[in-house]
Amino acid sequence: MEIGLHHYLIVSAILFGLGLFALISRRNAILILMGIELILNAANINLVAFSHFGGLGVDGQLITIFVIILAVAEAAIALAIVLNLYNHFSTVNVDEANTMKD
Amino acid sequence: MQPQILSKITYFLPETVLIITLIVCILADVILKKKSLVVSGLAIAGLLVSGYFVYLQYGMEASLFKRMIVIDPYASFFKFLFILSTIFVLLFAVSSKEFRDAEHKNEHTYLFLSLALGAFLMASSVNMLMMYLSLELVSLTSYVLAGYTKKEKRSSEAAMKYIIYGAASSGIMIYAMSLLYGYTGTMNIYETARILTATGTVSSPMIIIVLIMITAGFGYKISSVPFHFWTPDVYEGSPIPVTAFLAVTSSAAGFSVMIRFFATTFLKSSAFVAGSWQIIDGIKWTEIIIVLSVASMIIGNFVAVWQTSMKRLLAYSSIAQSGYIMLGLVVANQAGLTAMFIYLVAYLFMNLGAFYATMMIANRLNSDNIEDMKGLGYRSPFVSISMVVFMFALSGIPSTAGFIGKFYIFSALIEKQMLWLAFIGLANSVVSLFFYVKVVKYMFLMKPDEGYDSKVQYGYGGYVMLMLFAVPTIFFGLYFVPLVKFAEASASFFGLR
Repeated sequence: MEIGLHHYLIVSAILFGLGLFALISRRNAILILMGIELILNAANINLVAFSHFGGLGVDGQLITIFVIILAVAEAAIALAIVLNLYNHFSTVNVDEANTMKD
Repeated sequence: MQPQILSKITYFLPETVLIITLIVCILADVILKKKSLVVSGLAIAGLLVSGYFVYLQYGMEASLFKRMIVIDPYASFFKFLFILSTIFVLLFAVSSKEFRDAEHKNEHTYLFLSLALGAFLMASSVNMLMMYLSLELVSLTSYVLAGYTKKEKRSSEAAMKYIIYGAASSGIMIYAMSLLYGYTGTMNIYETARILTATGTVSSPMIIIVLIMITAGFGYKISSVPFHFWTPDVYEGSPIPVTAFLAVTSSAAGFSVMIRFFATTFLKSSAFVAGSWQIIDGIKWTEIIIVLSVASMIIGNFVAVWQTSMKRLLAYSSIAQSGYIMLGLVVANQAGLTAMFIYLVAYLFMNLGAFYATMMIANRLNSDNIEDMKGLGYRSPFVSISMVVFMFALSGIPSTAGFIGKFYIFSALIEKQMLWLAFIGLANSVVSLFFYVKVVKYMFLMKPDEGYDSKVQYGYGGYVMLMLFAVPTIFFGLYFVPLVKFAEASASFFGLR
């Protein structure tokens, strides 16, 4: 069986779904951030697959590099914020670290 | 290829000046240590120089860096807005108690500058990758700013909530953009419009999903319902200057990129020449915006009624305000765009003013609770009267700038025969009056508690700052012709006349 565009798109859709599921179901800040990484990687797979199978040169790959760099920057800031949260609340559970409510 | 880039580099001067200022501010902070006024002064000087270059290129049109960003009156208008609000917020920060007590004395200065740089790029990007990158530049900076006062428990919680919502919605947005890239084969929004126009009637359900997912990314930036959940908590937890910056600059930046995206990508490419907004058949983005706008107005205004904290009240009020501004996008023509511009200018002055007055009061009373403002009209009349001006302006009472903004938005709606939307907007303004006037009631109609009725004194700097916001709020409400002229001249996209 030839591996085509659809296979990549299905993998990326599954990754996106898993990422969204992690966002909704997980209460641990680190796991939520991992869900976000999954979503970004789903976008990356899409971009590279479209670029390869659509004959669009290396455009998609270039965009992917930017997205990867951004994901790293975001993870760095997010982990610093999680660390700070842990110092205050002694937990990384986002439901427990919730003092502001209506 | 390279000479083409080099010959147009002069168009990039405003951003270049901002980058240089940013580096100079970091160096000055390292060398001078603890002299926060010098660094803020440098930053304001850099912003003014950058503003001068924006003024020089006002009215020009050019595309830079292989059509990554463009220079047009639309972008220049937003750049003016960002420069003005950044200068105001830098002045804000000088008198902020939270910033004075923070560990780091000057770091906020260059964080504000880098946010302004991101906002500049957001206003001028015409490539989806560039839109995503600049949006993230603004977001990443604001996550850090929200958690700026590291020792505050609330601040770290606010930063955590902000980064989770922000990263999730921008991740969803880039996924949608990757799908759109697969559909059209390009990231440039003009090319996308050309390809979508060529397909005739677009009936792919994928485009609808893409539309909704991209709206999630922009919607979180402008804090519209249903992507607003971060807003009240982040506004409450962050230091007040940061809150003001998020409410005004960051949300205006969100509007700048959102309006350009919808008004270019999903218009027939012939409309770029004709100047009228003809939406591509089958892509009903205005309906999505109508839902967001009505939901934002209703939820923002009704939940604000129950708030006891001034910062939370202003958070819900800014959700509602972004609903009003989106009404201008629903109209989808030049009149609507002009109305949005007028509203954004009015919003800048009245909202920053409301935040400044809140900060002055909170600095003295150590609380932003509305009940603690009881009888403040007798204890510090000047601040209270200014607060009344801002509250009336936000609710849209005539003779204030807020009224002019609402008037133009509603008249654009009525011209387009969308009476029912104008009616919902008006009804919401009436509801909003209820909680804005509540603040006034606590200040003037209630006597202060026993033992808390001494006069509250402020420095002259604070009064001058309040005048900076209050005078334009009333001035633009009475004499608005220049503002309207400026907005009409600015309502022009690159290649769209």
